[in-house]
Order: sequence, then C-alpha cells, then structure tokens
Amino acid sequence: MNSWIQHLPVLPVVIPLIAGAAMLLFVEAQRRERTIIAFVATLANLVVAGMLAYAAGGSIPDIWPEGIAVYLLGGWQAPFGIVLVVDRLSAVMLMLTSVLALTSLIYAQARWKKMGPHFQSLFQFLIMGVNGACLTGDLFNLFVFVEVLLAASYGLLLHGLGQPRVKAGLHYIAINLAGSFVFLIGVSLIYGVTGTLNMADLAARAPQLAHGDHVLFETGAAILGVAFLLKAGAWPLNFWLPGAYSAVAPPVAAVFSILTKVGIYALLRLGSLLSASSESGAPAPFNDGWLFGIGLITLILGTAGMLTAIQLQRLVAYSVIASAGTLLAALGLGGAAVKGAALFYLASSVLATGAFFMLSEMIVRTQQFGDNVPGRAELTGLEDSPHPDFSDEVVGIVIPAAMAFLGMSFLGCALLVAGLPPLSGFIGKLLILSATLDGASPGSVPVSVWMLWAAVLGSSLVGIVALSRMGLRLFWSSEEIVTPRLHLTEAAPVAALLALSVALAAGTGPVMDYLSLAGESLSSPQTYIDAVLINNAPSAASSGLERAGE
Amino acid sequence: MEAIYALAIGVLTGSGVWLLLRPRTFQVIVGLSLLSYAVNLFIFGMGRLLIGGAPIIETLSKADPALYDDPVPQALVLTAIVIGFATTALFLVVLLASRGLTGNDHVDGNGPEA
Repeated sequence: MNSWIQHLPVLPVVIPLIAGAAMLLFVEAQRRERTIIAFVATLANLVVAGMLAYAAGGSIPDIWPEGIAVYLLGGWQAPFGIVLVVDRLSAVMLMLTSVLALTSLIYAQARWKKMGPHFQSLFQFLIMGVNGACLTGDLFNLFVFVEVLLAASYGLLLHGLGQPRVKAGLHYIAINLAGSFVFLIGVSLIYGVTGTLNMADLAARAPQLAHGDHVLFETGAAILGVAFLLKAGAWPLNFWLPGAYSAVAPPVAAVFSILTKVGIYALLRLGSLLSASSESGAPAPFNDGWLFGIGLITLILGTAGMLTAIQLQRLVAYSVIASAGTLLAALGLGGAAVKGAALFYLASSVLATGAFFMLSEMIVRTQQFGDNVPGRAELTGLEDSPHPDFSDEVVGIVIPAAMAFLGMSFLGCALLVAGLPPLSGFIGKLLILSATLDGASPGSVPVSVWMLWAAVLGSSLVGIVALSRMGLRLFWSSEEIVTPRLHLTEAAPVAALLALSVALAAGTGPVMDYLSLAGESLSSPQTYIDAVLINNAPSAASSGLERAGE
Repeated sequence: MEAIYALAIGVLTGSGVWLLLRPRTFQVIVGLSLLSYAVNLFIFGMGRLLIGGAPIIETLSKADPALYDDPVPQALVLTAIVIGFATTALFLVVLLASRGLTGNDHVDGNGPEA
C-alpha cells in the first residue's frame, strides 16, 4: 500500500505523457480509441490530484509527516538530483488543472476535437506541462515543463487554423520564445552565482553569498521574475494575451485560463522561498512593493479593457488580465492571511473564466454576425468523411430551453467575474479585502490597503457595467436571435464549473481552512526547505556520497 | 578570452533584439535564432570559461576541482538547444502558414505589398 502511494507525486506528469503518446499510435480515424484514452487519463489525473491534495493536508502522516511530499527521481538526493515536491499550493494547482481539463475535454467532444489533427494528444501534453511546472522543485525543470506546456499551447492555439489564429499564434509564439530566452538567462545567471538549481537549496544558499555575488544573484532573480510576469499576464508584458485568448478555440481557451496562473504560481513559490532566506526580502519582481504596483496597474488596465471589448471572448480575455492583476496586487500586500485569501480568489477565477470561455462560444452562436467571428467560418465549411461518426453534426442530445440555459449561465459567469454575491467570486474578493485589514490596527491602515480596496471595488463596478452592457447587447437588443442547438456535452461542463463555484462558495469554511494553511506555509517556507533537503535523504544515497567524498 | 566571449554575446543579443523588433516575419525568426545563440553562449559562460577542462571527475585519485569543467551548464545548454530549436522550427511553420494565408510577410499580416 505504502509503496505505491509513495509514487503518487510523479503520476500527474507520467499519466498525461503516456496517454498523449499512446494516442499517437492510433491513426486519425480511430477517434473513439483516442477519446477513451483521453478520458481515462484525465479522470485518473483528477483522482491522483485529489489524493495528493488529501495527502498534502497532512492526512497520511506516516509517509509525509509535514504534508509535503518529496519525490526523488531516480533516488538521487535532493540538491544533486531532480525532485518533485507536492505541498498544499501545488496540490491546489493540480486540482484546478485536472478539473478544468476534464470539463473542457468534455466540451471539446461535441465538435472542437474534430477541427484538426492531434487535438487530444496536445491537450494531454499541455496538462503534463502544467502539472510538471507546479510539481517541480528545481528551476531548470521549471523551464523545461513551462516549455512543454508552451509547445503544446502553440499547437492548441493554432487548432482549427484560420487567419486570425495564425496571426495571434505568430505573436504568441514570438513573445513566448523571447520570454523563454529571458527565463534561461535568469536561470543560468543564478546557477553561475550560487552553483545550484534546486529551489530549496537556493533559498538556503542565497544568504551566504558575498556582497558582489549577491547583487548578481538578485539581478538573475529579477530577470527570472520578468519571465514569470510575462507568463502571468502582468502589465506591461500582457499585450499578447487578449489577442491570443480571444482567437483560440473555446475549450482550449478554458484550459489556457490556468496558464497565467502558472506564472503567478512560480512567482509565489520562488518569492516565498527567496524572501525567507534574506533579511532584505525577496529580490525585485518577487518583492512586495513591485508586485503590488504592477498588480494594481494590471488590474486597472484589464478592467478598462473589459469595458472596451466588443467581442465576448475578448471581454473574458481581459477579465483574465484583471484577475491576474487582483492576484498580483493582493500577493504584493503580503501577509499569510492575504495569501490564503488570494488562493481562494485564484481558484474561483480559474473556474469562472474557464466556464465563461466555453459559454462565450455558445452565446456567439445565437448571433447572426456572419463569418467574421473566429471559428465560425471554419465550423460551417467543415468537410469531413462520410462516416456517421465524423459528420459535421454535433454529437449528443439536444438540450431543451437552450436560451434559458445560456441566459442563466451568462448571469452566473458575470456574477463570478465581476465579484457580486452570492457566488465565489464575491467571497474571494471579500476575503482578500478583509484579510488586508486584519493585519493593520484601526486608524493606521496603510495607504496601499486603501488603494487596493479602491481598485478592487472600482474594477467590480466597471466589470458589472461592461458585462451588463454585453448581456443587453447579446440577449435583448439583437435584431434576430437564433436559438442554437446546444448539446448536453457542451452545456454540462459549463453547468458543472458553475456548480463547482457555488460549492466553493457554500464550502468556504473548510476550503479556507485548507488554503489559509497553504498561505501560512508560503510565509514560513523553512518546512519546505527542510523537507526537500534533509528529511528525504535515503540512507543508501547519502552513504554513497560520503564514500565519494572521502 | 572573457572579453571576446562577452563581446560575442553582446553583439548577438543586440542584433537579435534589433531583428526581433522588425516588422517582417523572416527578420523576426532570424532575430530569435541569434538571441538563442547568445543565450546558449551565456549559459556556457555561467559555468566558468576553461580551456581543455574535462567534465568528468576522476574519483580514484585526488581530484582538483579547478582542473575540471562544470558539466551542469553543458547539460542545460543541450536541453536549451533542443527546446529552442524545436520551438523555432514550429515558429517557422506558423510563419509559412501566415505567409500563405495573408500573401505577405508582415507580422500583422497587412503589409504594403500584396
């Protein structure tokens, strides 16, 4: 029993890898086999993520006493070998990824997977990259997994082709390639100064650096932070985001909504480790002052973008930027309580934008825009084989009362994104705002807290204006609304994500218990460092090292 | 050697960034390639420059670390080359698709010539 539980942390990487590779063995026509593999892998992923989240809560004390699961790949001891680490933060990211993956995979079954080859394989590799990036314990593997997810995302972005996608893809690939090079420069500079790539080891060694080396180290960390901020969609590095996210196929856009959060995860993880080790706090981009300012500007500009968007999917893309801004600003204020609340907001906003991206494509079908909507032209002109399985017809059962479903779901998504009661978006923002006040004594609240309050509340107000205007235009003032043929496989994922948001709101107590402990562990990373460096040294490996040292 | 090495990285980076900011797709991809060469050289440089050093340490006799080259940057460069090369190749495909769809090689697809 214990022996296979010990191997749990590697499964989120191995399962999608094997599934994605296995699909390549079937030819394009064998869609049923591929679909079965995809669903088995995604469900297995969800189960593993659930078990890891359970274990990270400290529920399996005999294997992982502190709730931090360290997996030594190949049995090599931590600073020399590669480690995968699962703590509460990683577990939350894994859960979100697998939930989002399952729902958008179901959504893609109706029609999107038929739009081009190898959709399902690329989808699995994307999940593998996200999971790996959230699990890895060293910087270079973080780079490798980020490249894996980016390479898969390039393919998925172009899925379905068409000129708008190719144009957006061109920009997206160019900026991410440049970002990867920045990432590499930062990593190698840090390696050159400290001689280690393991994040825990880095945190332990950084304070021991001589002054000149420390300056170089901080420079390397700052360069690395720029790469993370680029991935996170922070101003002024986010101009690629609305174009890419509004051109991409909706089920892919839904999974993409976790990608910016991977950048935020990396900032959080490295920032927490680095800030513990030095008296002056974390280096610049991970530093509280910087994150707060960048986050605030990102939030304001993202909200302004929501107001200017004409196309629904573009509006949702801007709301991704706004949520990234809220998160960065909240994390920039620091404090364990704020971090826990920000994680709740992160979970809520990922679910909300995931549902909204899928919903936006269904809503667009009610409009008679003609063919200028991305994806629309290809859908109508799709030629496929005469086999009944591959016909242009959507699979599944047509759901009745399609318009009622669309309207209600739009309302739900709008409430979530704008942060109005009673859904989890409101609770996330409320938790962040109240957590910022908790630390300060009444009468001496810092100006930055009031700035955050003003920005978050203002963005909610502007978000409502933008969304209600969009809703009015789409549902009430259109000349002719076509009642679309919605199918259960398309409606169910959106409904499931919305139900999950309701559950998140209803279960705020237990969820926050978990997340606030995650926030606390981020503020005191010594447990993480000890778990990686000391506790998991297997006796055989360490004695071998001693022999080599003699 | 350090000065020439640093100069080479600087020239490659400078030219790469300049080309990256050009409006033509081919120039962008050449710029990205130059940038990737610069980054790979930079990673090597971070492992300290040493002529004739072997990356494998002989543990039987007394080994002086000063004589040996650091193998980790070499492993990193290998990975970075593979990944950079693959993604650049993919970018080239997208570039060709864009050229085919729009009929010009402007990065926004709306260049002056048809």
